[in-house]
Amino acid sequence: MTTLRVALLHLRIGVMNDLQYRVNFALQVLQSALALATGLIVIALVYSHVAELNGWSQSELLAVLGTQILMGGVIRMLIQPNMMRLTEDVREGKLDHALTKPVDAQMLVSVREVQVWQAVDIVLGATVITVALVRLGGDLGVFDALAFAVALAFGAVMLYCFWLLLATGSFWIVSMWFLPELFEGVFQTGRWPVGIYPGWLRFGITFLVPIAFAVTVPAEAVTSRLEWQTLLLAAGFAAALFAFTRWFWRFGLRNYTGASA
Amino acid sequence: MSATPATSSLPQENRLRSLVDFYVTTMRTAVQQQFQYRAATYMYLVGMVAEPVIYLVVWSTIADQSGGTVGGLSAGEFAAYYIVWTLVRTMNIVFTPYGWESRIREGELSGQLLRPLHPIHYDLAWFAGGKIPWVLFYLPIAVVLTLVFNPTFDVRPLEVVVFGVAVWGAYLIRTFNQTALGLICFWTTRVGALFQLYIALELLLSGRLVPLTLFPEWVQTVAWFLPFRWTFYFPIQTLVGDLTNAELLGGLAMQVFWTVVGIGVFSLVWRHAIKRYTAVGN
Repeated sequence: MTTLRVALLHLRIGVMNDLQYRVNFALQVLQSALALATGLIVIALVYSHVAELNGWSQSELLAVLGTQILMGGVIRMLIQPNMMRLTEDVREGKLDHALTKPVDAQMLVSVREVQVWQAVDIVLGATVITVALVRLGGDLGVFDALAFAVALAFGAVMLYCFWLLLATGSFWIVSMWFLPELFEGVFQTGRWPVGIYPGWLRFGITFLVPIAFAVTVPAEAVTSRLEWQTLLLAAGFAAALFAFTRWFWRFGLRNYTGASA
Repeated sequence: MSATPATSSLPQENRLRSLVDFYVTTMRTAVQQQFQYRAATYMYLVGMVAEPVIYLVVWSTIADQSGGTVGGLSAGEFAAYYIVWTLVRTMNIVFTPYGWESRIREGELSGQLLRPLHPIHYDLAWFAGGKIPWVLFYLPIAVVLTLVFNPTFDVRPLEVVVFGVAVWGAYLIRTFNQTALGLICFWTTRVGALFQLYIALELLLSGRLVPLTLFPEWVQTVAWFLPFRWTFYFPIQTLVGDLTNAELLGGLAMQVFWTVVGIGVFSLVWRHAIKRYTAVGN
């Protein structure tokens, strides 16, 4: 209970801190709009040459794009800032301070930062998904909507675990400035349904970097093509990954010798 | 010129020699720095390779679906395009406007202004030096991509020579364009918005996203008159496309033109910008 209260308090402080900088909102809107425009142009270009891509129609692919934008917003708002702060704190010797607090350290390093304006992408992604659904006929069942929300939550948990695994690596490899670029690059694979990639790559972005679970699976739910076994697999994998991440984090902490006096 | 100006402390030839010395030393430092953090550098490159691999997979799928080719390109030609793309992208890494933002905001520029050389020399030299390790790191990536995606290449010796020149032309054009953008930081410390717009235009009109032939005719015409095309599409096409000798040389001429324009714009902006600079830090 205390843990939850501390987490919420940290989030509130983060939100208030970020809300001071209002110009950033306008900049974020512009940046998101440009990214969306580029994505839409590429989709238009693809479908000017083919009628469907690997069984996905243009509107269905729009749902994939929307899901990818939404999930990207979640990551950059809540997950990535915390993980980058963790790697910087390790490098600069500030993590010791966080470790002395009488709450769970993993929780604490996961809630200290929030970049509110990234929520623009969450709203934009949801809008794109809505447009896609309207174009698809708009008969989304309650079950599909529920499956979408659940799949999205599992996906967010898996990407959080993935980020924490990487950031824990900073206990051994100190220079981690490349993480956002690396993740952003790989995360772009989510713009396309995972089925179009060759087998080795499909495996990689399903189980090594869980992008397929985070983007394709929710998009499948919202376009009524999800099988319940997939959702079950996502649940199992999310639980296993979370347990592993927790173990790895503790293992890393045991190896951490501290850098400050 | 028969006599050196009295104000200059060094004879002309010594100045040239010290400039060369400066470039060599800065490049060497850049090489060593990149090797020192090789894991980090490699990860950065891997993140960069994701972009062409995605495009490559998508367009190969489309080519296969529509009976072998799309827009006149086969899956093998797409593979060749994006493998060379990756090399050109590596060669096109330059100092970004974000770098200027922090350089000015944190007062780092004050120290650089005290030196007898213009700061642009440092950027040009440092990123030129960085190319050596980056291209070395690129080679294994290229081998893997070649084995996985079976590109089709048909290259003449002259094309290789022109490619070798064109990647440096692209580097110069991109450096001066982005530096000119970066100088806007003298007026506002938030250059991000403009830079994003620049990158979006570049993505679409340079051949970075897709080979330009996949676009409608009018887009290709617009692209021809802008600098972006000459920093990606042209260098890539020298190796991958079937350009005539006239087209190869014409392309290099366009690169010279855009480099001169870039230097002109940069010098003009610099002259106005530097007057506005009030030092921060020491």
